[in-house]
Amino acid sequence: MGGELLVGKRTRLSGAVRAVLFVLAGVLLVGCSTLPQTPLDPKGPVAQAQTGLLLYTLYIAMGIGVGVTAALLYVIFRFRARPGQAGVPRQIRGNHTLEIVWTIIPILILVSVAFPTVEAAIATSTPPSGALTVRAIGYRWWFAFEYPELGIVTANELRIPTGQPIRLEITSNDVIHSFWVPKLAGKTDMIPGRVNVAWMQADEPAVYVGQCAEFCGDSHANMRFRVTAMPQDEFDAWVKQRQAMNQGPGQLSQVAARGRELFESPAPGGNCLSCHTVDGTSAQGKVGPNLTDVGQRSTIAAGILKNDYESLKAWVKNPADFKPGTTMPSHARLSEKDLDAIVQYLQSLK
Amino acid sequence: MATAAKTLGILPRPNAATGFWSWVATVDHKRIGILYGITAFFFFLVGGIEAWVMRLQLARPGLELVTAKTFNALFTMHATTMIFLGVMPLLAAFMNYLLPLLIGARDVAFPRLNAFSYWIYLFGGIFINVGWLMGTAAGHVPDSGWFGYANLTSVEFSGGLGPDFWTLGLLLLGIGTLVSGFNFIVTILNMRAPGMSLMKMPVFVWTILVTSAIIIFAFPSVTVALIMLMFDRAFAANFFEVAAGGSVVFYQHLFWTFGHPEVYILILPAMGIISEVLPVHARKMLFGYSVMVFSTALIGFMGFTVWSHHMFTVGMGPVVNSIFSLTTMAIAVPTGVKIFNWLSTMWGGQVRFTTAMLFAIGFIACFTIGGLSGFMHASAPSDAQQHDTYFVVAHIHYVLIGGSIFAIFSGIYHWFPKVFGRLLDERLGWWNFWLVFAGFHTFAFPFHFLGLLGMPRRIYTYAAGMGWEFWNLLSTIGVFVLAAGILVFIANVVVTMRKPMDAPSDPWDGRTLEWTLPSPPPVYNFAAVPRVHLRDAFWFHKHPEGKEQALEYGEPDAGPIHLPGQSLMPVLLALGPTVAATGVLFLRLRESFAVGVIVAGFIVTLLALWGWAFEGEGGTLIEPGEGS
Repeated sequence: MGGELLVGKRTRLSGAVRAVLFVLAGVLLVGCSTLPQTPLDPKGPVAQAQTGLLLYTLYIAMGIGVGVTAALLYVIFRFRARPGQAGVPRQIRGNHTLEIVWTIIPILILVSVAFPTVEAAIATSTPPSGALTVRAIGYRWWFAFEYPELGIVTANELRIPTGQPIRLEITSNDVIHSFWVPKLAGKTDMIPGRVNVAWMQADEPAVYVGQCAEFCGDSHANMRFRVTAMPQDEFDAWVKQRQAMNQGPGQLSQVAARGRELFESPAPGGNCLSCHTVDGTSAQGKVGPNLTDVGQRSTIAAGILKNDYESLKAWVKNPADFKPGTTMPSHARLSEKDLDAIVQYLQSLK
Repeated sequence: MATAAKTLGILPRPNAATGFWSWVATVDHKRIGILYGITAFFFFLVGGIEAWVMRLQLARPGLELVTAKTFNALFTMHATTMIFLGVMPLLAAFMNYLLPLLIGARDVAFPRLNAFSYWIYLFGGIFINVGWLMGTAAGHVPDSGWFGYANLTSVEFSGGLGPDFWTLGLLLLGIGTLVSGFNFIVTILNMRAPGMSLMKMPVFVWTILVTSAIIIFAFPSVTVALIMLMFDRAFAANFFEVAAGGSVVFYQHLFWTFGHPEVYILILPAMGIISEVLPVHARKMLFGYSVMVFSTALIGFMGFTVWSHHMFTVGMGPVVNSIFSLTTMAIAVPTGVKIFNWLSTMWGGQVRFTTAMLFAIGFIACFTIGGLSGFMHASAPSDAQQHDTYFVVAHIHYVLIGGSIFAIFSGIYHWFPKVFGRLLDERLGWWNFWLVFAGFHTFAFPFHFLGLLGMPRRIYTYAAGMGWEFWNLLSTIGVFVLAAGILVFIANVVVTMRKPMDAPSDPWDGRTLEWTLPSPPPVYNFAAVPRVHLRDAFWFHKHPEGKEQALEYGEPDAGPIHLPGQSLMPVLLALGPTVAATGVLFLRLRESFAVGVIVAGFIVTLLALWGWAFEGEGGTLIEPGEGS
């Protein structure tokens, strides 16, 4: 799809310059660390069109910036007041030719930006046909992802096939959030009461990180997510496996089974079910993230903690330590043994 | 000697020449300008301290010096303070003090309204900050962003008093701003010295005129938005309640219809200051005066056609996004013309590197960078990657510090001798400029990189490993250098104010009418109202070209000069709405008490209006040569 976008082509034309800039930013300036969230490294047609324009305008801006600064330095050096200077400078009122010239030139530059802008605005906003639909719903402070055609609901980690356009239906359950995966697609706001349609596509298998980009209250900084792009066959296999999980967790260990019992029993048990759903069980709460496949995820708490035993336990025990303002209550009242059981149950959901 | 004029009204008017009450009751535009300057500089420091705390928190990933809620309150109040309580009133200080001097008038058209604008600004500024005394934990400090988007500011999502302080405080501030806007327009249109046609006015006066027009057309929009927000909170009015059919995007349109023109309110007067400072310190007249005037008016007009570029990501569709991209890009043309004209002003001149000039040159350099990043967000698809990242934070700091604040410093060094009769120390000024200049770039330039590395704005913390560590640390270091520059400025003012008042009337070989007056000017400004024949009349009076007469000083008044009487009604009239707003705060808490306070506020307002109407003309008769 990307090759059909004119701006996408321009991106490739300026690929060498882009590479230089990217290496400059990546290696010289920040060391050899990876740059997971930079829009300067687009991996799909939407981000390529957007970043292509960004770089095109950046080069123009740098050119003009350097030119004006050089002119400024030249003027103040050449026309500096010198000791012993007599008389006053000639008072010049203006020059029509010059004024017209420096009105026309910027207009021409802007026209050269205007055409690709309109073109990219259209191309990046209209999902191509044959796209896979994903509903992305913002909550304070996490993301719900639904595949209506596949019957899958998950949270904070979205899996997509590479090379296939994803039609995004974006909305919010509470306040305004914004969906942003810099390497795949620029921002689309998640707005309560309306559905914004956008699209993205990943050309390479990888894990792409994203983050809420519209201030949404206390833990706005802690609202992150991941998009895992995988080859079509792997994705199909995952879909099959994941659909099977809709029937409920399979065989559980003794401790995990005890965890499930606590998960599904009201306080003084875990009372998790009043907020969370695990498909195929009695837990059908809609306040917090769907946990049907929580064991498969690489992170918890909307991308802020690693999904390991210790973090999961610490999170369940006192979520507000990690996410100020969260509506998930503390579970410090539970015994260590009960907490362990719940964590084991959650980890078995994969 | 000065004598009280015959009082026509029932109430006597105060007439204190010195001391506390002479400042509270003053209607003199010069004193009001000084009050604006001191108050706004105080709030500027408050906003700076808020920024400094945020930069400390962001110096390293995962730091928790302050809580998430406090951080959110800090960035909300930093922007609110800097825009409404810092930069706008600092510019208002220049407008108040200089406007009558620049056009050869003895005061503004409505001196008491002018005082009222100041007092309601002061009360609104205090009001909006009161929450800090109650702590951030319960949400009593505004912490929903300086734009106060619905529905984050609803009672459901912000249960504390923060948004109430914010909406009511901004409404109070808006009253003062609107009144100033009308006052300045009437002053400029009616009170110019004879011979000063519109196209002979200094460019700074033109920018005041255009800015005032922007205020009059932009503030009603935000007033409507704020009142709707306030009604939603106080009376569950459902304007922005999605479940009841309200639209949260509607709020954004109302807010940005004001919000974008607002940035021109912040930058046009700054451009006006630069257009006065550059010609004086380069000893050459402004290049392309008429083009500068038309581009100012054009920017003022076009500023109303671009608001939705703040909303490129809300899903307006490619057609609307494209239209607003094109209108936004178009603004770059008149803005670019100004920069080329400033460069041409210096071309062929004698550029003197005074501190005022250093800041003016710094303005051109920094504002150009800010303008160019602005041009980059104009393209909607490109903005989808820049929006709400540090790239935009870089942009606004380049246009607001590199633009407005640099111009304000330039103006302070330029006009300080006129206002206080003393020249600021140029050696300290040199340190002031270079520390601010270096500190500012160290602090704000890394924001460009952070934005391009994907760092969103308004986050109180971030994870390691994103490539953001170095630039954040560098930025925090820059704040310390910038702060050192501000401290040098404060030291400069303190040192200078201890010196004798020995500034000459025209230290820079100035071009405009204020330099014809003693430093500081007498209370009546012009003993004889001058007659103006040319643009830059005072310059051509001193350095004539040809035989044409540039300036006539005219005949002094036959009798004593009548000065408007002092009045306490402006303070009282500003107090009324402030009391009423305090009542509205309590509506959700204790309704009967709240209604009582609101009624009390209205009574104070009515009393003040009654006093305003019946206190009579009053005033002072003063012989020229006295009372300076």
